[in-house]
Amino acid sequence: MRPHRVWKATAIVGWVLALALVALAILVNTTALGERTWLRVLFGVSALNFTLRAAIPLILGAMSGILCERSGIINIGIEGMMLAGAFAAFVAKTNTNDWPLTTSLLFSTLVAVGIGGIMGLLHATFSIRFRMDQIISGTVIIILAAGISAYLFDRDAVAEGKFAPIAIPLLSQIPVIGPVLFAKPLLTYLALILVALLHVGLFYTRWGLRTRAVGEHPRAADTVGIPVNRYRYMNTTLGGMVAGLAGGYLVLEAVGQFQEGMTAGRGFISLAAMIFGNWNPFGAMGASVLFGYTQALQNELLLAGVKTVPRHFISMLPYLVTIVVVSGFVGRVRPPAAEGKVYETEGGE
Amino acid sequence: MDTREPILEVRDITKVFPGVVANNRVHLELYPGEILGLLGENGAGKSTLMNIIYGLYRPTEGEIRVRGRPVTMHSPKDAIALGIGMVHQHFQLVPVMSVVDNVMLGSESIRGPFLDREAVARRIQEIASRYSLEVDPYAIVEDLPVGVRQRVEIIKALYREADILILDEPTSVLTPQEIQGLFQIMDLLRRQGKAIIFITHKLKEVLHIADRIVVLRRGEVVGEADPQTASQASLAAMMVGREVMLVVEKGPASPGPVVLEVEGLEAVNDLGEPALRGVSLQVRAGEILGVAGVQGNGQTELVEVITGLRPATGGRLRIAGQDMTRASPRQITDRGQSCHVPEDRHAYGMVGAYPVAYNLVLNTYYRPPFAQGLTIQEEAIAEHARRLVAEYDVRTPSIYTRAGSLSGGNQQKLVVAREFSRPIQLLIAAQPTRGIDVGSIEFIHQQIVAKRDQGVAVLLVSYELDEIMALSDRIAVMYQGQILDVLPAEEATRERLGLLMAGVHPQEHTAAGLST
Amino acid sequence: MANAIDRRPGRLGRFLRSLLLPVAAILIALAIGAVAMWAFGDDPLVAYRGLWSGAFGDARALARTVRKMVPLIFTGLSVAVAFKAGLFNIGAAGQFLMGTVAATAVGISFPGMPAPLHVSLALLAGVVGGLVWGLIPGLLKVYTGAHEVIVTIMLNYVAALLAGWTVYAGGTEGQSPGPLWDPTARAVSESPDILESARLPLFFDPAYRLHAGVLLALAVVVFIWWLIYRTTIGFEIRTVGLNLKAARYAGMRVAWTVVFTMGIAGILAGLAGAIETLGVNWKFAPEFGGQVGFDGITVALLGQTHPFGIVLAAFLFGALDAGAARMQFESGVAQDIIQVIQALVLAFVAAPTLIRLLFRMEAEEFEVTTISQTWGGGSG
Repeated sequence: MRPHRVWKATAIVGWVLALALVALAILVNTTALGERTWLRVLFGVSALNFTLRAAIPLILGAMSGILCERSGIINIGIEGMMLAGAFAAFVAKTNTNDWPLTTSLLFSTLVAVGIGGIMGLLHATFSIRFRMDQIISGTVIIILAAGISAYLFDRDAVAEGKFAPIAIPLLSQIPVIGPVLFAKPLLTYLALILVALLHVGLFYTRWGLRTRAVGEHPRAADTVGIPVNRYRYMNTTLGGMVAGLAGGYLVLEAVGQFQEGMTAGRGFISLAAMIFGNWNPFGAMGASVLFGYTQALQNELLLAGVKTVPRHFISMLPYLVTIVVVSGFVGRVRPPAAEGKVYETEGGE
Repeated sequence: MDTREPILEVRDITKVFPGVVANNRVHLELYPGEILGLLGENGAGKSTLMNIIYGLYRPTEGEIRVRGRPVTMHSPKDAIALGIGMVHQHFQLVPVMSVVDNVMLGSESIRGPFLDREAVARRIQEIASRYSLEVDPYAIVEDLPVGVRQRVEIIKALYREADILILDEPTSVLTPQEIQGLFQIMDLLRRQGKAIIFITHKLKEVLHIADRIVVLRRGEVVGEADPQTASQASLAAMMVGREVMLVVEKGPASPGPVVLEVEGLEAVNDLGEPALRGVSLQVRAGEILGVAGVQGNGQTELVEVITGLRPATGGRLRIAGQDMTRASPRQITDRGQSCHVPEDRHAYGMVGAYPVAYNLVLNTYYRPPFAQGLTIQEEAIAEHARRLVAEYDVRTPSIYTRAGSLSGGNQQKLVVAREFSRPIQLLIAAQPTRGIDVGSIEFIHQQIVAKRDQGVAVLLVSYELDEIMALSDRIAVMYQGQILDVLPAEEATRERLGLLMAGVHPQEHTAAGLST
Repeated sequence: MANAIDRRPGRLGRFLRSLLLPVAAILIALAIGAVAMWAFGDDPLVAYRGLWSGAFGDARALARTVRKMVPLIFTGLSVAVAFKAGLFNIGAAGQFLMGTVAATAVGISFPGMPAPLHVSLALLAGVVGGLVWGLIPGLLKVYTGAHEVIVTIMLNYVAALLAGWTVYAGGTEGQSPGPLWDPTARAVSESPDILESARLPLFFDPAYRLHAGVLLALAVVVFIWWLIYRTTIGFEIRTVGLNLKAARYAGMRVAWTVVFTMGIAGILAGLAGAIETLGVNWKFAPEFGGQVGFDGITVALLGQTHPFGIVLAAFLFGALDAGAARMQFESGVAQDIIQVIQALVLAFVAAPTLIRLLFRMEAEEFEVTTISQTWGGGSG
């Protein structure tokens, strides 16, 4: 079987599992099953809420990775772009505390997206214009973001307020699923919409067709007049913007403040989610939710007062799951063929 | 001579790359409804010229006129807009995408914000029926056979309403029978008024199909010929600039004991699909066994299994009587006393960033005198390099020059020097002369024959039927992972080999109208 | 003829030219750093003066620079050796921590053991700790195709948590403390001091705290140089890094080489951790992880992945680290600006075309490091 056929089979299994999980969650939260502690830890509303909360930055990070990598640019720097976005959001928010809350939050979101975009553009410039190895360029982005945010971080500044949940009429009334999915703050909705948009964009629009062609076979794209590097610049910048949004989410919706190095490896985990999802938006979203779930589990186990296992070991869970996933699935997925390679128009004979 | 208006004129085009003049004052005209054969060796400047016409390169000097008007092209987009289409030698198709997606790429049909795949599929069907180019619009390109992929390339050009079609070495990946099919399509296109430039280095083909022949040598037009009156010999002389030796000089073989013995060998390719389905063959000391076949029928995998680079999933491999089925590449080199000239010298044969001297010990670096225990002996390596560079006429400024900066011919001589300089009993040569200059080809052919005469068993894999026929003592034909037949060289006619390469079993040959 | 075929670029010329790029990178980074400080209202001149005096101002400062250089040499070598085989070891930080913890465990145990033996045993423990953390990504890459970049990053987090747990003071909810925790430290999560017999000998004035690890580092530099450039193993490592397929064709054991190289990389980073513990910190606390792992990447690239270049690069970065505190004290500039400067240095050395453009240098001068050839699959 060809890799993409294997992938289709995997995806079906994944969806079946996901549906089974939702069904279980509904059962646990509406019936007497919910009285068992361990079932509540595994499937309670709080676990589901936390899963989504932890998954959103991973989803956005993975979408950022897909945007870049589908056009042939490896983006190991998501972590740095996210951190830069988070820091930018924080600075923007603390400086606009006296504005009306919504205006201030939206403005800060835009700043986060913009700074992320600049980091993406920088990565594209390094890798395309200056032909830097793309993995090293990504590392530069990470170190740069960590250094600048630490240097400029004003530890006394406080961001006031964050995005509040918006309940969607009717949908939010559905038991279990309603409060988990349809009573969330703005950026969560935005992230989920983005997944669908990216899927449609990649597979059903001219932009997506060209992006994929550029990432798979740049010369073929070039010979039909598609400007390969312009697409790579554009997509990497877009990817940076989405990663910036992920950072904005952390500060403006999830936490409300900035801490040094607050991305804590989320950029890298979202890369793993992207690989796990075979560079497809919905696949990557599924993987992100899985990773989010391991983080939720960590949280729930601590809340449930599990003392036999030290908290350090529970905290390792997301990282260990990432390693297992990367080990088990790489080789069975297929990355865009032209990834990581510089493309030159002239003299390619 | 012609009163018609040329649809394309190339006027005094010169293209200079750093250090090379690829095209020098090239001049040619193309008329609607004709097939212009553009003949030339590898490196004669054909592809450069076509890339200029297609807008991929900009000429250093000169002018191109389309339908009588001078044009400047900045990218293929401009060429496409002018009605120029190109079928590249290496197909420019995205393997993981469907035919529809590949055809519309760059000239997408849009409805609202979305791609209109149905409309494109309908157009493809129209074109397909008009020019008899059968293809399933929704098939994924990587699932299609090579011949069909080529049709997709032609459809791609016609979809863009090209009147001028450039076919760059379109026959190099096809079987003789598929070539006939292509010629029928080209004829149909010509009768419908399309102008075609047919690039090739194969004399017979150009004589068969072209209306006019232009010969290119070292970037210059060296002459025109009329297929009605020209002969293969006269064209060859024009193309190469001197009489070519179509036959490599060699005496009769005196085969000794069996050295390489392969029995029912099975293996899978990189995608996990079966690539070898029970291959059996024997090569004796002092003979050359040529493996003919269209590229992609398992030849690559066969060589990789025999050299230990790919595990066999079934069958047996013996070298000089020892079982080597599970041996590593090093064991096969050492215990099997074999050497390997790989198909892709850039990927496998050398390390471009290493100096020439290191490349000459790439697989013997650990043996004395090049290493004593763990330590590398630089002086012994340099000494060895000096000797081989002289002996095999590798043209390099220094033995410390990066191998990647040498010319293709000299890189191949480097590989040959390294492999032939060891005491060997088995030589495996895959595409030993691909893409190198005539002088180096001759040299390498002579070396291979010399090895045979010293009693080495030679397995030669090549996609060039001429090379196989010129060198081999026996010829095996590979098709879809199997050896269909093994013929003594004297019985192997082009027609018989062609049928075998197309997968027609030997016993069906009489039915196919061929008497043996 | 004086053997034209033997012509080789002059050694001195090559050496001087190889200095050009790093020096240019450093100067540009310092200049941009100055502009940044000025833009954010800091005085770059005062800051750089403080940086200089903190790093080279007097004997004590110089000793501090040398002391800071030692772990950077090791982590720089760790990253560079992996680079040679085409591997990107972002995991030096985790390997460093594992070396630290292992050395600490041995260092606080075995009272009464003779000093030379105890030190050696503790160093060996560090080697083993780093080795294990280096072998995991190597083996996973070979057997499953997992890309070492992601695995090593994840292992960094795992190592930080694991190391943190070993000295965990125990939770208020009654969680038990870690095995290396010092009960006399009460609520503080740290290990007890290692025994006198496990400490690296100091030389010169003990106040300078120059330990024997300096000599060990220099010896290891020479050893790695020999290994990479003068042995058949090094030849294999470099071939695998430059052309994987050619290495396989030449009969090299690619998988073995990948695992071996990651093992060596792990050992080097682990040694760094052990030496920091036995020579400088004399105990372990979670915050001792620091930046050395990540800095190793920059040091390796700045040193052009050559062992001798790495010594120079590590010296420079050691100086930046050593002077940072004094700079902040004297000028009030947050020492994080040093990290920005270091990132800029990395950007400029990793993008040779950038510098080349600025200085109009010849194209062939620099070897471009390529490590993205096996991204997303393609095992060794």
